[in-house]
Amino acid sequence: MTQIAQDDDGAVVIIGSGAGGGTLAHELTRRGIRVVLLEAGARQSLESFSQFPPQAFVQLTWLDPRTQSGTWTVKEDYPTLPSWTAKTLGGTTVHWTGATPRARPWELRARSTYGELPGASLIDWPLSYEELRPWYELAERRLVTTRRHGNPGLPASNNFKVMYAGAKKLGYKRVHTGYMAINTRPADGRALCIQQGFCVDGCKTGAKWSTLYTEIPRALATGKLDLRTECMATRIEHGADGRVNAVVYRDAAGHEQRQKARLVSVACNAVETPRLLLQSESARFPRGLANSSDQVGRHFCHHVGGFVWGIFEKPVYAWRGATLAGLIEDETVNEPRRGFVGGYHLELVMNDLPSFPLAALPSLGWGRGFASVMESYRNIAGMFINGEDMPRATNRITLDREVKDRFGLPVPHVHVDDHPNDTAMRTHAQAQGARLYEAIGARRVVRSRGTPATHNMCTARMSADRATGVTNAYGQAHDIPNLFISDGSQFSTPSSANPTLTIVALALRQAKYIESQLSARQL
Amino acid sequence: MDHAQGRREFLKTTGLISGLVAAGTPFALIAPARAWAVELTALSSAEGRTLMAVTRTIAPHDRLEDAAYALVVKGIDADAARDPALRALLVRGIAGLGPGFARAPEAARVRALQAIEHSPFFQTLRTRTLGSLYATPMAYAYFGYEGEAFSKGGYLQRGFNDLHWLPDVPLEDAGPVPGT
Repeated sequence: MTQIAQDDDGAVVIIGSGAGGGTLAHELTRRGIRVVLLEAGARQSLESFSQFPPQAFVQLTWLDPRTQSGTWTVKEDYPTLPSWTAKTLGGTTVHWTGATPRARPWELRARSTYGELPGASLIDWPLSYEELRPWYELAERRLVTTRRHGNPGLPASNNFKVMYAGAKKLGYKRVHTGYMAINTRPADGRALCIQQGFCVDGCKTGAKWSTLYTEIPRALATGKLDLRTECMATRIEHGADGRVNAVVYRDAAGHEQRQKARLVSVACNAVETPRLLLQSESARFPRGLANSSDQVGRHFCHHVGGFVWGIFEKPVYAWRGATLAGLIEDETVNEPRRGFVGGYHLELVMNDLPSFPLAALPSLGWGRGFASVMESYRNIAGMFINGEDMPRATNRITLDREVKDRFGLPVPHVHVDDHPNDTAMRTHAQAQGARLYEAIGARRVVRSRGTPATHNMCTARMSADRATGVTNAYGQAHDIPNLFISDGSQFSTPSSANPTLTIVALALRQAKYIESQLSARQL
Repeated sequence: MDHAQGRREFLKTTGLISGLVAAGTPFALIAPARAWAVELTALSSAEGRTLMAVTRTIAPHDRLEDAAYALVVKGIDADAARDPALRALLVRGIAGLGPGFARAPEAARVRALQAIEHSPFFQTLRTRTLGSLYATPMAYAYFGYEGEAFSKGGYLQRGFNDLHWLPDVPLEDAGPVPGT
């Protein structure tokens, strides 16, 4: 592997190796640009992924301490885990479930489409769907997304057969096995899906796209990448000119290191990205980097979530098969007569048995009521909601000055109050899910609250007006030209789409922009 | 382990909970022996039995063996042996439930736990019970969960789509099954 000297100031430093950082690393290195990629987590492999879910959870999850507040149910159900993201090479692309729907054209114009909503801080994206579309197409080809570009869909699992039959009874039209970055046949050097479940534990066949075994090894093969795992960035430094010029990090042994940089990309997921920017406060930037607008950390979005479980007389064996391979798109529309703006997806889901009680039934309590659901485990079909939540300036990531991590640094604090629009959407979606299962004879329907946030977004958002966001339409900080945001933090609004595809599309687009800016000596 | 180490381990034991596996249950098929015993190192036998009753009240599965609950208690006990604060929390909580808790009828146990539902003691036990009771081979057998599937080739040829009490999905809304 290429080694780049710590005092070499000619390389790009990317922090985070997930959908954004891993993709950007490949895109820059294949263009001949040297990159140092810092990843806080360790390197796993298809062989090392555990098939014992409690062990896999510890192996892959970001478990550094965080604190939280607010009225969202995650605070009550998971007081120590506001968000469920990954700390491993490949980031959340190791534990994601492969769903790659696009954002809708009108969702990129959220403020114009929904109008002024009290208590929400909506803006329009500074780029149109037409500008984004070719990048979506490229991302889908890169990920070999099913049901796009001639790729077949995934076959229907038992769990999906239940969803499909109920959806058709309700009159839903756009119901299928989803747009999934999961191979239905060998492609891209990856095997096909053997329908084993365990998607969130790391895919042991590599059928599911992950930067761990696609973009990162390809970036390494260019000879332009210096990959450093178990290296956690703690601070981004800048020079007298106000441009960033180095990243301070702790290596695997806990020793502080400092890598000089020509350009820095932050792609640490939407809790750690603003944390790092805030933590990098200086005399010149007393509120943290890229934060003259006081927008860093604000507008935290996480999607409207929640489950619906249908319990049937006959077995479903819903744990068999690709976890999320089922999608209803009919509610992904903006119809305010439903009592809320924005839309939602209904997506197939099931948990393995060990994870089911805590991950799927957080609000069900204990005792006979709880146990009777578990007794029906074989007969349960499941779905969850993935809906657009409303950004709020007060839903934000801040530094908790009271609680320190193992390096003595303030931990991130997550504050979330549900917007009334979120609550109305969740109620509607769970009612539809319940009707769906009841329409085909469910003997019981259980509605359950959501998990910790797996989709974290908008905390360093792009904006046309520099007063209302952190970056321009390329993820480039308004304040600092050689500082880029490359993960879901840069989303202007969350849309109702699972975020990975949009993150990859933006990273592909950003890489081309960075290359042109570097070669034109604009950076 | 050698004899001396085994003896030291034994001397550290503070409690023991034991029982018999009922014949004819799913667990009997996978249990190494009919009799089971779990040694405790932080809690007494009486404390262990109370905790077992708490775990069964939190997650009451009538036909699930005591041994499954005993394993939850074993895990909690092992952590309490390393964590004095956890041990103190448990000992206080158990004392608060009183000596008759383990033998009380279920309705009385439920009432007693409802009264302390928001306490750290109860919340710890709820999380521990729900997080570990279902993660054992006994639970897999009881609930019919098949567990690790990779080594068997997944479910592609083993029933991921074997549900026949509902209509099949048209090909245009799904996709071909590889190999067919």
